[in-house]
Amino acid sequence: MSGQTELTGKMAASPKEWLAPVARRAEVLVIPLAALLAGFAIFSIFLLLQGKSPTEFFSLVYRAGFGTSFSWQNTLSRTAPLLFAGLCVALPARLGLVVIGGEGAIVLGGVATGALGAVMLGSSGYVALPLMALAGVVVGGLWIGLVGAMRYYRGVNETIASLLMAYIAIAVMNHLVEGPLRDPSNPNKPSTLGLTDGLRIGDIPGWNVHWGLAAGLVCCVLTWVLIERTTWGFAARITGGNIRAAQVQGLPVGRLILGFTALGGAFAGLAGFFEVTAVHGSANSSLAAGFGYTGILIAFLARHNALAIIPVAILLAGFEASSGLIQRRMDLPDATMLVLQGMVFIAILLSDTAYGRFKIFAPERWKSA
Amino acid sequence: MSSPGHTDAGAIGVETLHMTMRFGAFTALDDVSIRIDPGTFHALLGENGAGKSTLVKCMMGFYAATSGEMLVDGHEARVPDPKAAHALGLGMVYQHFTLVPSLTAAENLVISRENVPGIIDWSKERAALDAFMARMPFQVPMDQPVRALAAGEKQKLEILKQLYLGRRFLILDEPTSVLTPDEADEVLGHVRQLCEAGEISVLMITHKFREVTAYADDVSVLRRGKLVGGGKVSDLSHSDMAALMMGDAKLAEPAPRSGTRGGPVLSMSGIKAHDRSGLKDIAIDTLQVHAGEIVGIAGISGNGQMEFMEILTGQRPCRSGEISVKDAPYAATRADARKSSVRYLPEEPLQNACAPKMSVAENISFRTFDMNGTGTRFWLSGREMRQRASDLIAAFKVKTTSLDSPIQALSGGNVQRAVLARELTGDVDLLIISNPCFGLDFSAVSEIRARIIAARNKGAAVLLMSEDLDEIMELADRILVMSEGAIAFETSVEAADIAQIGQYMGGHN
Repeated sequence: MSGQTELTGKMAASPKEWLAPVARRAEVLVIPLAALLAGFAIFSIFLLLQGKSPTEFFSLVYRAGFGTSFSWQNTLSRTAPLLFAGLCVALPARLGLVVIGGEGAIVLGGVATGALGAVMLGSSGYVALPLMALAGVVVGGLWIGLVGAMRYYRGVNETIASLLMAYIAIAVMNHLVEGPLRDPSNPNKPSTLGLTDGLRIGDIPGWNVHWGLAAGLVCCVLTWVLIERTTWGFAARITGGNIRAAQVQGLPVGRLILGFTALGGAFAGLAGFFEVTAVHGSANSSLAAGFGYTGILIAFLARHNALAIIPVAILLAGFEASSGLIQRRMDLPDATMLVLQGMVFIAILLSDTAYGRFKIFAPERWKSA
Repeated sequence: MSSPGHTDAGAIGVETLHMTMRFGAFTALDDVSIRIDPGTFHALLGENGAGKSTLVKCMMGFYAATSGEMLVDGHEARVPDPKAAHALGLGMVYQHFTLVPSLTAAENLVISRENVPGIIDWSKERAALDAFMARMPFQVPMDQPVRALAAGEKQKLEILKQLYLGRRFLILDEPTSVLTPDEADEVLGHVRQLCEAGEISVLMITHKFREVTAYADDVSVLRRGKLVGGGKVSDLSHSDMAALMMGDAKLAEPAPRSGTRGGPVLSMSGIKAHDRSGLKDIAIDTLQVHAGEIVGIAGISGNGQMEFMEILTGQRPCRSGEISVKDAPYAATRADARKSSVRYLPEEPLQNACAPKMSVAENISFRTFDMNGTGTRFWLSGREMRQRASDLIAAFKVKTTSLDSPIQALSGGNVQRAVLARELTGDVDLLIISNPCFGLDFSAVSEIRARIIAARNKGAAVLLMSEDLDEIMELADRILVMSEGAIAFETSVEAADIAQIGQYMGGHN
């Protein structure tokens, strides 16, 4: 039992000294990557069973998602909400909470943005847009913050609560855009009043990608700094590592839980803001596009590391960008991408049991010789 | 032993021959040959990590030994899995109970059988059970749910279960760690009786010399995987056994007591709070701990100690009452603890005081990461954190491969050293401790106790909760007994009478 420790000298300098930190860090890179590949492999079997070619599938994904500058822009324009949705899962996860209802905060953040936009149609974008963003952030933050509060004060399971609240959020949105907030002049799709051009977020100059991407990237970097480089983030990591230890240290566990869940929700609300102002031009049922759920997969693949969320979100955005082409060329239903996501997700969850099993990643267990 | 064939009942002897177990490059068990004669009570002594558990796990088929053989009843036996061990009549009683709390003792016995029929004929089973119990030298209430039984009764039931299953050689893994001294004596007395009656042979893992002397016939001592000695218990003194266990390792001497008792540091009055079940109360009428004294709270686990600790760490709200530290109200916030120099050493430090997957350096900085001199800081300083951790690791002799190792990779003693390093650095006015040495080996225990005494001598007020009465007797200046969520008894250590304390612990008075 304590055999491992008796092996080790007292911090003896070994020739492998430089290798130890590398090996230690490699674990969190290699295992998710292996899980991703395993998910792809299972999905390939799924394709083969239907008589489709996995090679064709992945080469089409590459072409449509990453092959040309056009496909890159297509991918990146879908990345922004995924970044925010990933953060909404990753932030609470660092405190040990599994919040999977980011979809609800995205939807309600979008509705708040659209509703405020509808009453400020005549205002200048410089005044209205920050307020609209604030509305999305506050509503999203309150929504997921409520999940954290229920968890902390009443012991309500945050995973189930957030998932069920996402359904409530979608129902509330449908009620509002089909009822009180409906634009009567739009006979087709129930929506809030269309935003004027001044209230729309444009593209990054020279690109066909809206500013949400830049905002998402900045938020990922800031979140990483918050978690890894500040005492607040450290306190949150202690809480996530062992809530009892955090309480014994007198850390404000309640405030940390409320703060980090609300911040996660605020990011999701920001995703809703960009969807409304940069993509749809009004709040409608297109907000419930499943970004929140893809965000769960992204955060888990990224091991809840805010910087790792960036490449993972881009990868998954690439898959979504290629969905149309896959449907046309390979005659596969649009649910195919969900099947792929599901298989990768199961592989990721299973891979959680692999941590600590491989000696190569644990310098403690290397031979002392 | 006259007949070479297996008989159906009665004790059997077991012998290991050159048993060796390697885990990779690490040799946990090195050429260990132990013989337990039929009908004898054999004690297995050793520090944590000495290879005791590995040995019995090899015997029971949980591990496949790298080399070596085992003789059961004089015949070579192959034990590829626990089932094979059971078939040979070998059974094991664990430190913690393996009974189903919601079922009665009778039900527990019957369902533990391997071949329970899908539909149980209870009247037939009861008749068989009654006949079985009539042959037993001790009884346990058969019709109460096990959860209503006291720990001693549960442990007796575990032993009865082994006999019921036809086991003839029992391995007991620290069977008394959860029992009161009285209960321990009773249970071991019965086990001894069974040995003398020739029903079973016993191999008992233990840390307690007293139990070895009082109950065992023979003893074997393991150190670092090797059999270093043993023999007839009657030929060995406690100090012989300690010497064998420790080898030539140098023990930290407990610092001598010095200094005088100062004013009160911790004062509690009229505390009332719900316990874990929410059905009973924790009620502490009045409690004071003075500077320069150790107040030991004795008691059997589950009498409110855990809740009491939670009250002191601010994890459990009080319905009424006041807690003050150095004459100021104390709410157990980080700011309060810092201002009044209050430190905690919860029991099972890996589970209660560490984040197991975070690194040693990070864990050591839990108390100070947000301090910057006397103020606080917002930006984390990784360099200062590592520097400080590396200094403390050296000062407290924490053995670790590197500062970046996850703290869960350390042995129990080293985790506790790391936590001590974190909590005992700087000025300590009030130290609140719970079972600091639970599950630690001999050398770690004496070192940790010396540190606690040293803190007291420097003027800290120490509140020590412990289920180990020996520990309380060794460390405390004043002893309180906690029973049913209240302080039932108080005595100074000079006037302490073990029997009396034991009675209050058991709630009989």
